[in-house]
Amino acid sequence: MVSSRSGGRRTEVFAEVPDGPLKAADLLHRPHLVNNLTYAYYAKMLGNNPNHRFAIRSISILIVLTMTVAACGDDSSVDEAMLEDAVATYAAGVHSAYQTSLFSAQAMDAAIDAFLDSPTQATLDAARQAWLVARVDYGPTEVFRFYGGPIDDEEIGTEGLINAWPLDEAYIDYVEGDSGAGIINDPGTYPEITADLLVELNEQGGEANVSTGWHAIEFLLWGQDLISDGAGDRPVEDYTTAQNADRRAAYLQVVTDQLIAHLQELVDAWAPGRNNYRAGFEAMASTDALRLAFTGIGEMSRGELAGERMSVAYLERSQEDEHSCFSDNTHVDIIANARGVEMVLLGSYPGAVSGTGLLDVIAAADEELASQLRSEIAVSINAASAIPAPFDQHLRDGVSDNDPGRQAVLTTIEALETQTDTIVAGADALGIAIEVS
Amino acid sequence: MREFVRRRRNQLEVAHRVALLIGAGCLLLAGACGSPGLELDPNLGGDATRSDVSRNSFSLPAPNLTNDERRIFEVGDSFFTQNWVTAPASTEARDGLGPIFNAQACASCHVLDGRGDLPDPTGDETRLGLLLRISIPGTDPVTGGPLPDPVYGDQLQDRSVIGVPAEGTLTVTYAYIVGTYGDGTEYELRTPTYEVTNPAFGPLPDDVLTSPRLAPQVIGVGLLEAIPAESILAGADPDDADGDGISGRANMVWNARTGTQTLGRFGWKANVATAEQQAAGAFLGDIGITSVLHPEENCTTVQQDCLASPHGGSPEITDSRLAAVAIYLRTLAVPAMRGADTAVVREGAKLFADFGCASCHTTTHKTGSSDLMSLSNQTIHPYTDLLLHDMVPGLADNRQDFLAGGSEWRTPPLWGIGLADDIQGYRFLLHDGRARTLEEAILWHGGEGTASREAFRNADAEARSQLIAFLEAL
Repeated sequence: MVSSRSGGRRTEVFAEVPDGPLKAADLLHRPHLVNNLTYAYYAKMLGNNPNHRFAIRSISILIVLTMTVAACGDDSSVDEAMLEDAVATYAAGVHSAYQTSLFSAQAMDAAIDAFLDSPTQATLDAARQAWLVARVDYGPTEVFRFYGGPIDDEEIGTEGLINAWPLDEAYIDYVEGDSGAGIINDPGTYPEITADLLVELNEQGGEANVSTGWHAIEFLLWGQDLISDGAGDRPVEDYTTAQNADRRAAYLQVVTDQLIAHLQELVDAWAPGRNNYRAGFEAMASTDALRLAFTGIGEMSRGELAGERMSVAYLERSQEDEHSCFSDNTHVDIIANARGVEMVLLGSYPGAVSGTGLLDVIAAADEELASQLRSEIAVSINAASAIPAPFDQHLRDGVSDNDPGRQAVLTTIEALETQTDTIVAGADALGIAIEVS
Repeated sequence: MREFVRRRRNQLEVAHRVALLIGAGCLLLAGACGSPGLELDPNLGGDATRSDVSRNSFSLPAPNLTNDERRIFEVGDSFFTQNWVTAPASTEARDGLGPIFNAQACASCHVLDGRGDLPDPTGDETRLGLLLRISIPGTDPVTGGPLPDPVYGDQLQDRSVIGVPAEGTLTVTYAYIVGTYGDGTEYELRTPTYEVTNPAFGPLPDDVLTSPRLAPQVIGVGLLEAIPAESILAGADPDDADGDGISGRANMVWNARTGTQTLGRFGWKANVATAEQQAAGAFLGDIGITSVLHPEENCTTVQQDCLASPHGGSPEITDSRLAAVAIYLRTLAVPAMRGADTAVVREGAKLFADFGCASCHTTTHKTGSSDLMSLSNQTIHPYTDLLLHDMVPGLADNRQDFLAGGSEWRTPPLWGIGLADDIQGYRFLLHDGRARTLEEAILWHGGEGTASREAFRNADAEARSQLIAFLEAL
């Protein structure tokens, strides 16, 4: 059961609200104090902001739960201040992780600009390299999905535009078996490739039907993976002398710019000192906010990573049924997702944000459970790191289940499944009931 | 602007619910446990119930699956949720979209495994979830079902891959009518009119029969499938022998697996026999994905570009993946009731019975044995008899669907109905989503539902709100 917050203290800190935005330095050095301040600061704005359906609902749940607690007299053994520290660390960490991802995506953008200015094998390779680096930073942020936050809110979420998978390649460009496919090769219907065109097509579809995001960029840099033991090898000529080279360049430019814009929106949604999602998040009861954080890592751990991204590929044996099929980078995606779970548990995020992690609060309630989870996380990360690259080699027909590669995949799936049960138990130890796939 | 309006509405609805919950909480604190009204079992899906109240409430597997079953669930989830793409594609397991289609994934309309959205009245933006079935008079000589139109087939596909024309656009306009409750309070209902604009192959025939269908939520499907047919048939009273004004007829439909007519359970007219066949039918009709049950692409002989378009394998979804999707649908858990022990909900449940709603929205069933342990021998509360009832005149589509007549509809299950708008941010009710609220859905009931509707309409405001509170708790 959750502990109830002191209503009096809320009113008290309301008076201390600064007029201007909070400084990042405050957040790093005095997270607990700042959390109180940010709560009050944002609470002022909540009333007239139409963007906090979820927050309002959560508050309503809080009211009921608080009543129940009052009636039952049950309480968590974990100090409320510590829970608030964990919320503050998470919020700062999400912001920092997205900021880190944005930085490396901007570096990729610059590399792609350089390639398009002067398309050579060297500039193409550099652009590909920048994409690979940027994926390492994006992967961990995927644990911020699954609770209707800025990334996957039903109405404004951009996940389907940022990380659309599988990619509708033939909607974009030529593919093996259809040399004239795609928007790029259809100047009659689509005279000019612009951001507006892609936005408009997407609105007509009512969903992410225009192929954008990381994997669109990947496809435009690598091309289809037609070699059974290697990545795609799109020729530089696609951007120089090939038909519609200029339109291909325009498409690559547009989707890269869009990705940057969408990442910037996520950074903004989690930036401190603004009237944004983070304001509502920090204004929730700490256990409600932590419920979302737990849901994100629990869903990522089993349903998404062990399930959709690994079990499906493992069981179905379709060689390109993997996330980064053009670049053969799926093994890195898997580790990056697993690292995301680890970073939230440890409270240690990219960009040097570190503080009270979920493991710390679990430990305060149940030391043994926390230590079990700590070692299970290490096991899953090690298992994921031990999967031989490229991942798609383990999905081929005819590869025995006893093959070391397939065994490594299965070991990782099992490790992720195991840790998920412990994540759920850890939340439960704090009186936070979560249900995950 | 639209977004803002929706959000505003959400906010209001949430505020309303907060007030309701606070009320319920106060009653709880006041020691109202053991209060009047009906005693309720919150585990609507038996052991396949989840107590989650997040946006994932419709998306969780039954809690008691084996590890192997849960992995198959995840395979099914993947092929239900992820987009299908144009063929040929690198992800060859997932290509073959269209050539004509309504959506790229099951989850496009069943958002978060919930209900469909309605078309945007301004036409500025496509929202997915409502489709139009088409047929011409007569019955299909093989299946005994509706006879497809020779040009447009049996469903209007309003989207297509590049280079292939879509069939047309479904537009809906509403007329508004005002009614009054027994206490004089006014309410408003909206009556839809459907039109196919921009038909790609000439106008539809004058005698065309159409039926709009909104994507339903897909929770608890396996439990419904596990109710023994004889239990469902035992509830049927086709000639109203007991004289209660409620008949209840079973639909008998083409079962593509057995090649015979068997009891229909799924679809708005109980026009589909099994979850697997519902999925296979939707894969072809809605997404353009062929399967062992529907091996031919969904192009009529006049649709030459459609016929000439590349396909994604024969069939496009393999048997094992189709089976996984069926397992996924069958094992999606049912959310538990919220506030089942509060006075307002218990009172509402009593009114639900008193008003006769439970005559068709049957409270309790027992499942038989199932190949999935988690579905076997469960006591469940879906609030449906899975039978057809006459809803004349307001809801008639005047289109026969196997034995279901032009004004008959299957009683839809009510479990999860109270969570639908929390999960999705909208909640449209009835077969075509014309009802914007639970009240409107009740007020649209006609025919066999008339007496219950009138009981609700003439009840006082407090009783009406109690009944709604009960439905919101489901």
